[in-house]
Amino acid sequence: MNRAQQIGDKILSVEGVSLAFGGVKALQEVSFDVREHEIRAIIGPNGAGKSSMLNVLNGVYHPQQGTIKLRANGAWKEFHDMDSHEAASLGIARTFQNIALFKGMTVLDNVMTGRNLKMRCSFLEQAIWVGRARREELEHRRAVEEVIDFLEIQHIRKTPVGKLPYGLQKRVELARALAAEPTLLLLDEPMSGMNLEEKQDMCRFVLDVNDHYGTTVVLIEHDMGVVMDISDRVVVLDYGRKIGDGTPEEVRANQAVIDAYLGVAH
Amino acid sequence: MSIDIGTCDTFPKLLVHHARVRGALPAIREKDLGIWQTWTWQQFADEVRALACGLAAQGFKRGDHLALVGDNRPRIYAAMCAAQCLGGIPVPMYQDAAAAEMAFPIQNAEIAYAVAEDQEQVDKLLEILPQCPTLKHIYYDEPRGMRHYAQAQLASYDTLLELGRETRARDPEFLEVEIAKGSGGDTAAMFFTSGTTGTPKGVVLTHHALIDRAKVAADLEGLGERDVVLAYLPPAWIGQNVFSYAQPFVTGYCICCPESAETVMTDMREIGPTYYFAPPRVLEALLTQVSIRMEDASSLKRRLYKAFMGIAQRVGGALLDGKPVGIADRLLYRLGDLLVYGPLRNVLGMSRVRVAYTAGEAIGPDLFRFYRSIGINLKQLYGSTETSVFVCIQPDGQVKADTVGPAVPGVELKFTPQRELLIRSPGLFKEYYKNAQATAEAKDHEGWFHTGDAGYFDPDGHLKIIDRVKDVGKLVDGTLFAPKYLENKLKFFSYIKEAVAFGDGRDQVCAFINFDFEAVANWAEKRGIAYTGYTDLASREAVLSLVRECIERVNADLAEEPEIANSQIRRFLILHKELDADDGELTRTRKVRRAFIADRYRALLDALYGGKDSVHVEMQVKYEDGRTGMVAADLAIRDAKVYSPDAAKRAA
Repeated sequence: MNRAQQIGDKILSVEGVSLAFGGVKALQEVSFDVREHEIRAIIGPNGAGKSSMLNVLNGVYHPQQGTIKLRANGAWKEFHDMDSHEAASLGIARTFQNIALFKGMTVLDNVMTGRNLKMRCSFLEQAIWVGRARREELEHRRAVEEVIDFLEIQHIRKTPVGKLPYGLQKRVELARALAAEPTLLLLDEPMSGMNLEEKQDMCRFVLDVNDHYGTTVVLIEHDMGVVMDISDRVVVLDYGRKIGDGTPEEVRANQAVIDAYLGVAH
Repeated sequence: MSIDIGTCDTFPKLLVHHARVRGALPAIREKDLGIWQTWTWQQFADEVRALACGLAAQGFKRGDHLALVGDNRPRIYAAMCAAQCLGGIPVPMYQDAAAAEMAFPIQNAEIAYAVAEDQEQVDKLLEILPQCPTLKHIYYDEPRGMRHYAQAQLASYDTLLELGRETRARDPEFLEVEIAKGSGGDTAAMFFTSGTTGTPKGVVLTHHALIDRAKVAADLEGLGERDVVLAYLPPAWIGQNVFSYAQPFVTGYCICCPESAETVMTDMREIGPTYYFAPPRVLEALLTQVSIRMEDASSLKRRLYKAFMGIAQRVGGALLDGKPVGIADRLLYRLGDLLVYGPLRNVLGMSRVRVAYTAGEAIGPDLFRFYRSIGINLKQLYGSTETSVFVCIQPDGQVKADTVGPAVPGVELKFTPQRELLIRSPGLFKEYYKNAQATAEAKDHEGWFHTGDAGYFDPDGHLKIIDRVKDVGKLVDGTLFAPKYLENKLKFFSYIKEAVAFGDGRDQVCAFINFDFEAVANWAEKRGIAYTGYTDLASREAVLSLVRECIERVNADLAEEPEIANSQIRRFLILHKELDADDGELTRTRKVRRAFIADRYRALLDALYGGKDSVHVEMQVKYEDGRTGMVAADLAIRDAKVYSPDAAKRAA
């Protein structure tokens, strides 16, 4: 594939992660890795543990066993469980399966919240809006405008998010995640509920983000066409276990994966 | 007020002039990353100079063509001027054209240099590269997505600019000499006509033609350096190019480039242009948006809007024309302006508009009057690519809904016996590029341009365009018969969807009508008329009367125009089915195929002219799934009242 940054070394490594809610074992001994600049998909039937995996990665859920290793700023860090605030400051950003935007705020304000961790001024300085606070906001606004331009949402910049159609809200969520300038972007079903054209747009944006910013992408998606087309490697989960891992071609040919999706006579 | 442009006879000389006289005033603005970025005349001139030097260093010579592929962007206009500095000829191309459509102009003019806006346009140019071996240099403005392109032809606009700055630093005199070499008779630009029939033709326009027309029109409207224009239509279209290149270069006004096609409405509100151009379809879309938003408004707002729009319709146009209006109405209008019209103009982004033009196709009188009634000085003009746009303009205070105004200074008009409009003007094109035959057909040896449009002068000397000359016929008594003109007049009524007028070579005019099912069904429901479908409604006496009223109003209009007063519609019938492209009655672009319909409905036509008052029809129709079926109906034929020219005058 012809792309700006060739796929590099490992940036994230998940080792033997198990997560249970009471008696429900959401994840069992799951291990996989993510390489720098790649698009890595996590697939699986409903209830396979995909979203749980993503939630473990950015510290929403805390696994009972296993470790997560993350390379950030050139150094490896090892976690038993991730803290979501720390995950964000280490350069992990995400979007949600059910849109989690501030419905009453404009697109611009929503995307600005993505810059939250990068703001250094105190509450008081921001309230008065002089000197440093002013300079800082202008700087952040510029970064946000770059993202708005990149995702082609200029025309809805001042529109409250609640008034937008679903496909655009998804794009705004991506914009907010991108505003944080992540090194690792987690996308939870970015194309669910979209029509074909919206899906094509979203695929193009995911590829563009990966290509232009070199962002590593981990995505969950149900649309197999999308997954097979845009991802470099795929992890397959079923009942909380990893049953397949490899390139789209390898996964497609994997008997365990076919059985999980089509069902098999026991 | 007249603008002083000294002895500048080319666009590059005008640029130098403005950079000297009003260097610090804004020349062009672009909204980029949410902020309006301004280039002053001085900055713009510097950019053009550097770019021209860069092009020269890349081998661009006098007489070479430069293709411009992109939306309204300062850099596209800078490239346009840069080519002209070197005596080259810019060829703007439609940015939304498919790749295959771009091949012809490039082959035709053997274009070697192109400036493209972004990756999308570059992709199109690369796609046609095999058919266009002459194309050797493609410069792109927006670098996003271009990182992996390794084609030898490609270079970024920025590298070209950098190269230009270096060469200019070494030899600063070179460009000034090149600019001085240019003269008004040189070719300034070439515009390819869309060419819906046959291959496109490259219209060659000189600096003199464009500058002369731009200046005459600007003087007429008193345009000056303080005016602002929003450039939002394709720059490859002569209209946009004149408003956003020729006229600002003559008057020194500022043009603004919107952020993207979707943001035009917002950008227009932010900029508040003073000079505005829109084809009727844009004005119609704006009005539809307003109507929809009004329907969603609270009942108080709706009632206010309705009441004050009534007043505006009654006196708004007259006030704009400076005609006498009673004191009570003046006060009411003033109040309406405060409560409704002012805010409405603001929403439309037209608060500061002094002069607005519409052209390109016939505009519905209601649509036209709506804008005028809320205080927007909307006027019509007539022109084409071959005439550097300005042929006729409606002067302030003499605006009519159905004419395009008198000839602007410098233009001579006359008609052939077939009623074809001929034009002689300093703004006429030089030739069709490499197409001597087409040039000879369009421009005769005395310099008259044959427009192909048929029309006449109304009693005030305003030009009225009625139809294409090939469609115009004559009644037996010699009266002009312009079917499209009559049909358009009928279609401006919301109840009438299609009309087909007949009369060429006959003693009177008759018409087939299709009513607008949605509008008439709605109308019928309000009156408690039960119906089963279109065919049923078509036979109702109430519907026939409704259509007759529309026709009679058109007839009353026609009676006031002596030239065609006799082509009033005497008899009509409502067709039992809607005309359909699947049956071959309409073209795919929904134009009526008059001859085909006359042939298919021969029996109906004979009944119309045979004086019968009803006719039985049975015919085969094709359904969308390909099946066929028979439809039978009895159609009523009705007479419509006609007016004598004198009676019309008395009524008026």
